[in-house]
Order: sequence, then C-alpha cells, then structure tokens
Amino acid sequence: MKINREEIVHVANLAMLDLNEESTDTFAVQIDNILQYIDMLNSVDTEGVVPTSHAISLTNVFREDKVKEHVDRNKALANAPEKEDGNFVVPKVI
Amino acid sequence: MNFYELTIHEAHNLLKSREISSRELTKSVLDRVGSVEPRVGAYITLAGKTALAQAELADKAIAEGNITPLTGIPLGIKDLICTKDLRTTCASKILENFVPIYDAFVIKKLKKAGAVIVGKVNMDEFAMGSSTEHSSIKLTHNPWDLSCIPGGSSGGSAAAVAADMCLGSLGSDTGGSIRQPASHCGVVGMKPTYGRVSRFGLVAFASSLDQIGPLTKDVTDCAVLLNAISGHDKGDSTSVPMDVPDYTTFLEKGLKGVKIGIPKEYNELPGLDAEVLEAVKNAIITIEGLGAEFVEVSLPHTEYAVAAYYVIAPSEASSNLARYDGVKYGLRDKDKNDLMEMYKSTRSSGFGSEVKRRIIIGTYCLSAGYYDAYYKKASQVRTLITEDFKRAFKSCDVLLSPVTPTPAFKIGERTEDLLAMYLSDIFTLSANLAGIPGMSVPCGFSSQGLPIGLQIMGKHFNEEQLIKVAYNFEQATDFHKKKPVL
Repeated sequence: MKINREEIVHVANLAMLDLNEESTDTFAVQIDNILQYIDMLNSVDTEGVVPTSHAISLTNVFREDKVKEHVDRNKALANAPEKEDGNFVVPKVI
Repeated sequence: MNFYELTIHEAHNLLKSREISSRELTKSVLDRVGSVEPRVGAYITLAGKTALAQAELADKAIAEGNITPLTGIPLGIKDLICTKDLRTTCASKILENFVPIYDAFVIKKLKKAGAVIVGKVNMDEFAMGSSTEHSSIKLTHNPWDLSCIPGGSSGGSAAAVAADMCLGSLGSDTGGSIRQPASHCGVVGMKPTYGRVSRFGLVAFASSLDQIGPLTKDVTDCAVLLNAISGHDKGDSTSVPMDVPDYTTFLEKGLKGVKIGIPKEYNELPGLDAEVLEAVKNAIITIEGLGAEFVEVSLPHTEYAVAAYYVIAPSEASSNLARYDGVKYGLRDKDKNDLMEMYKSTRSSGFGSEVKRRIIIGTYCLSAGYYDAYYKKASQVRTLITEDFKRAFKSCDVLLSPVTPTPAFKIGERTEDLLAMYLSDIFTLSANLAGIPGMSVPCGFSSQGLPIGLQIMGKHFNEEQLIKVAYNFEQATDFHKKKPVL
C-alpha cells in the first residue's frame, strides 16, 4: 500500500479540502491504485537526466517596470462573493 | 443545403460573394442548436442575442468590403476560455456564476477577425477527464450514438462541431483533450506546439502542458482557425516570439518526399481495438499510395507516459487550483465565520470528485518527502520521452498512430475504473509532455458506426507539415463528409 486513509485525510487538509467518510474510503482505494501504477517510474534509469519543467525552454522574459493600463477597482471586484468599500470581504482572520 | 452544415471556408465564400448573410448563417446555427441541444447537450451557455448582434456587425463590415476568413462565422468556445461579459464556468460549480471582465488573447483575436461567438460549450470540469462525464453542469452525448461519450475534455466542442451546432470550435488540450474527442466525434482537431498559441485567459489546469487549439469539420478549416489564433502574446511569457506561417498555403496536394514514422511500440500496447488498428493500417496504405515514404521508429519510453503524466498534471493542477478560495470570485460558503473553515467548505462543495482526486494526488506528489520520488522523477522521465521524439524525428517528418485505443465507449462504462480511463490517453499525452503538435483526422468507422481518428504528430513548430499530411489524406478519403443522423 502506498497511501492509507489517514494520509488521505492529511493531504486533503493540506489542500483545503474536507472529505466525508465515504469519499475518504473511496479516494484511499482509488489513489492508492494510481500511486501503485505510478510506481513503474522507479524502473526507469534517470541517473543524470535533467528534469523538464517546460517543453519549450525559454529564458526569463523581462519587461520594463512601467505602469500600464490596469484593471479598474470596481471591475476587479465584479465577481467578488462579498465586497465592501472597494475591498474583498473575508471572515474574521484573527 | 442547410447553412449550418457549411464548413468555415464554404461559408466564407458565400459570405464574400454576398449569397448569404452572417445573420442568416448565425440564425441557422442557432435554430440547429435549438433543435438538437436537448439530445446532444453540447452548450453550457448560449449567447444567441449577442451572437446575432455580432453577425449584424459582420454583415456591415462585409458590406464595406472588410472581410477576413472568419468574419461572420459562428463558433462555439470551450467554457474555460475567458469571454468578456459571457459566463465562463469551466463546467464547475465553483465558477458557475463567473463572468470574466476580459477576453482571452485568442478571443480578442477572433473578435478582431469578425467571428461570431454562439456560446460556451461543455467539458470535463477544469478539463480533467476523457469523457465530459466529469462536467458538473450537464451530460454531453456523442452525436453518432447518443448512448456514448463524446470524448473529453473538449467533448462539447467536438460534439457541437460534429452535430453542426457551430461551424468550428476552440478547445484546449492538456493530455489529448482536443484530439481524443475529435477522434470520437469524427471531426478534425489540432493541439498546436506548446507556445504557439497564447494561454492568456485560458483557465489553467496544468500550465506546462495546456494548449488551445481548433476543432473543425475539415482540415482546411483547421488551417484557417489556426492562422487566426496563433502568434506571440506579451501577456503569456511562455508564448513563443516566432513568425507564424500562413497554414492555408500548405493545403496542397502531393506527399512525395515526406517521411512518415510509425512508432513500433504503439502496435504492442495492450487494449488496442482491432477495428482501430485496421483503420489506421488502411490509412497508412492510403498515405503510402500518395507518395509518402514510411520508416519504423522507436519511442522506447512510451509505456511510462501515463505514469509521468499523472504525476505532472495533477501536481500543476493542485497548485493552479489553489486560487479558488471563495474570496475574489466564484462560489463561497457564506455560513462559515472562520477563514479556514470558509476555504475548506467552499472548495469541498465547489469541486467535483475528479478535481478533488487530482488535487489530492498532486498535493501528495509535491509534499515534503515525496517531491523527489514523484515530481522530480516524472519530470526526468518527461525529458526521456521528449528525447525519444527528437531521435525519431531525425529519420522522419511526422509520426502516425491511433488517437485512442478504442472508439467512443458507453456513458457510465468507465466512471468506476479510473486507471482504465487514464490509460485510454496513452497515444495522446506524450505529445503534451514533449510539447510537440498533434492532430486527429477522421480515418474510418467501427462496425457500430462510431468514428475512428488518425493521429499525426510532428516536430516543434511544424504544424504546417501535419496540415499537409492531413489534407492529402482527407482529400483521398471521404470520412470527413459523413454526418451523424440526429
């Protein structure tokens, strides 16, 4: 077994997800299956192989640090589930 | 003939000669959607009113002599490409009411070219899936057999094009999401080279793999639409500053001197359907008859592609989808008074199972202690897969293979067996890992009457070669002329 029920709960927590009992059980089996399949990567010799993070290697793209046309405050808030006085509202943090 | 049955280039000729108006054409497409949508289920949002307004603007432009190959052409857009003032849901509950305040780069280009946007089409939630069954909004049916899946994740795009509910569509492809549904619905689909088309305004799934591309009724339309959306964009630092050729100039007959590689590993893959193999073999014979030369090539790391992909794509997804937190846009659980509780509750009720599963796999693979074993290892295997292609392309110009191991399967057939669903992407996801272009063209039908696609893959930024081979094959066959009976 690659992953157990407790680890699923822990990882879900890291990802800000709550799982109910039933989906925790299902996910534990399904994800364990997938991780076992992924294990086949260990049979590949990758000694000294440079990892690829992007298929097309581009060097850093720079631009001048100049103010350009930007999003209007009201527009930026257009999709906010809750807003007040031009700000996003969140539940109490502290 | 009904106007909605036209291809983009046919409609363009009629618009240019003023034999039809964009208003008539758009009206015809909207009527068609009205009559078949209840059975096909391709559209999430229909934009009939604005489409007709855009059509009238197009007619005005045409009357003034301003016409591009897309002026007045009704298109359907996959619902993860941002369209200003037009709801963009990603087929997710978490974005069910999201209305973008800007257009994606490709949409800006289409609008500038005078295209008409009919609406937004269905997909697997956040593009995660191969059947469009993971849409949280609705179910899409394959127009060739309504009991079958249309493929995915761009299933709405492929079904809409096949059922004449738009003249062409834009989809996105992270592991086969354009090519696989195109194959299952008997239309043409192209995933361009990574970096050829800007991803600005494409809702991110796996940023190093995602690419926008066209789904069309024939290869000529594919070239037309690719012309319109390709090119460098300062808003996407991974889009490549390279000249874009006029792809329509490669729609010419003759394959003499073209070298075509057949990956030997692809014939040995388990689960390859006999009818698919037969259709692809017949396609090879046809293409050989057109003057192309064939060579056998080897892609020795093929069997590891699915495993590498299902580490890399979920890892990138887990990071990209962290932005859905109920603060700036989208769903929010307003009953929670604690910030953490609000995040969790919003995300847990807003995401569907497949999305949650992939976020968990990705988070696990990136978590402390597992990063080297999973993400780094998969990224190294990705390098080996890319090198396989580079080596193969030393002896050939393009590669031919099936798109999918089987024709479209029944709705509900594979929802329980995730690995079987993932494994059905084996022929397509290597192209995303390597960043090369890939295309699906219709090459036959199963005994059940379901379409089968032929995949053509090429070198980086060599889309024109794919178009040339696909065009020659298409002109020598008539699979693209068959239409589903609805």
